Amino acid sequence: MPRLLKEIVWLIRKDLLLEWRQRYALNGLLLYVSATIMVVYMSVLQLKPATWMAMLWIILLFVSVNAIAKSFLQESAARQLYYYTLVQAEAVILSKILYNTVLLLVISLLAVLAYSIVLGNPVQHKGLFFWAIVLGAVSFSNTFTLVASIAAKAGSNQSMLMPILSFPIIIPIIALLLSISTASITGKDSNFNNNLQVLLTINIILPALSYILFPYLWRE
Amino acid sequence: MVKLMQQSWWKLLAIFLLCYTVVGGLLFAVPRLNILNETIRNLYYHVPMWFGMIILFTVSLVYSILYLYRGKLSDDLMAVETANVGLLLGVLGLLTGMIWANYTWGSPWNGDPKQNMSAIALLIYFAYSILRASIPDPTKRARISAVYNIFAFFSMIPLLFVVPRLTDSLHPSNGGNNGFVVYDLDNQMRLVFYPAVMGFTLLGLWISSLRIRLRLIFDPNYNHSSL
Repeated sequence: MPRLLKEIVWLIRKDLLLEWRQRYALNGLLLYVSATIMVVYMSVLQLKPATWMAMLWIILLFVSVNAIAKSFLQESAARQLYYYTLVQAEAVILSKILYNTVLLLVISLLAVLAYSIVLGNPVQHKGLFFWAIVLGAVSFSNTFTLVASIAAKAGSNQSMLMPILSFPIIIPIIALLLSISTASITGKDSNFNNNLQVLLTINIILPALSYILFPYLWRE
Repeated sequence: MVKLMQQSWWKLLAIFLLCYTVVGGLLFAVPRLNILNETIRNLYYHVPMWFGMIILFTVSLVYSILYLYRGKLSDDLMAVETANVGLLLGVLGLLTGMIWANYTWGSPWNGDPKQNMSAIALLIYFAYSILRASIPDPTKRARISAVYNIFAFFSMIPLLFVVPRLTDSLHPSNGGNNGFVVYDLDNQMRLVFYPAVMGFTLLGLWISSLRIRLRLIFDPNYNHSSL
């Protein structure tokens, strides 16, 4: 097995183990989702299909930002320096992207389940909707992971920087995801394939950029 | 780089081109089109602002890449000052566009995809400024903000140019609306439009070069030998 791949597997296992040992972070995220869904439910009670979808993506956006913001903060700078001596920088960012994708996927699916129970589910094409959620988790992870490492390096006010830095970048991606997932209610329109292509292209460009740029960030 | 900044020929060219743009833009004949009428002259001021912004952001990107490549603080200075002036041109482009939209489309903000994407581009570069302000150490600030600049630019550019063309837009030459062809092919307008683009871009570079030279004098982190 090539060295990079071996290191990625090792780092992902380390992250999973850490997550399992300090479950409060995962439980906190699940509570965050439930509370947000209840806020939406209590303020609107009923939603039109288009608004239903928009609200869902806004909830997923906030949950994802919070989930990923911690990915470079939960371990001390000293321990990150230790990893720096053990593994390549590229392995760190790729393992974080993959790990965050899995984490977001689990949380997104649970969120959709809870959201559908409370607010109903107008989706017609279940398969398309499922793949839109998967694509959403992948896109969020690809975009937010590098931004989280930038925010973590920036020093004192990471919690404020994370949304400021990531929201402008994610707006167009959210717009694409929204139009793709709305097709699961209204059926595909003429723009569907184009939107999907653009989104897939972005999901190739952003991880590639993260791979190239992260070594510059990590070096202190 | 300092040599080019201190030379005056391109600044004189900028002044000449902008004078020509103001005079020619207001006096030369323009095609008569419904709804647009005389507001079509805003094409000489509104669109070149956007061209200037994109060009300056691209210069900023190039210097961010150069900074990561060779680590000279002067490259960082170029990157940040061109981004700042790009922001200025972007805000002006947005304002002139909103005034124009108010007269031709009926309201200043119409949810037009190009308008939305430009607003997003401005948000990204404002975020870049905030990020820089939050890091006190100059070399760390240069490195981290260069990474963000590159990442944000590439995540934005495909969307800035691809998405608006895929969806319906009030802007010409988008989504079945081919209005731009009608007046872009008017050669009289090209005679003013392209000099205007050059003039505003040069003016932007001039403003940023002044700001850079000012910071080279007053900011203790830089010295002349670093250029």
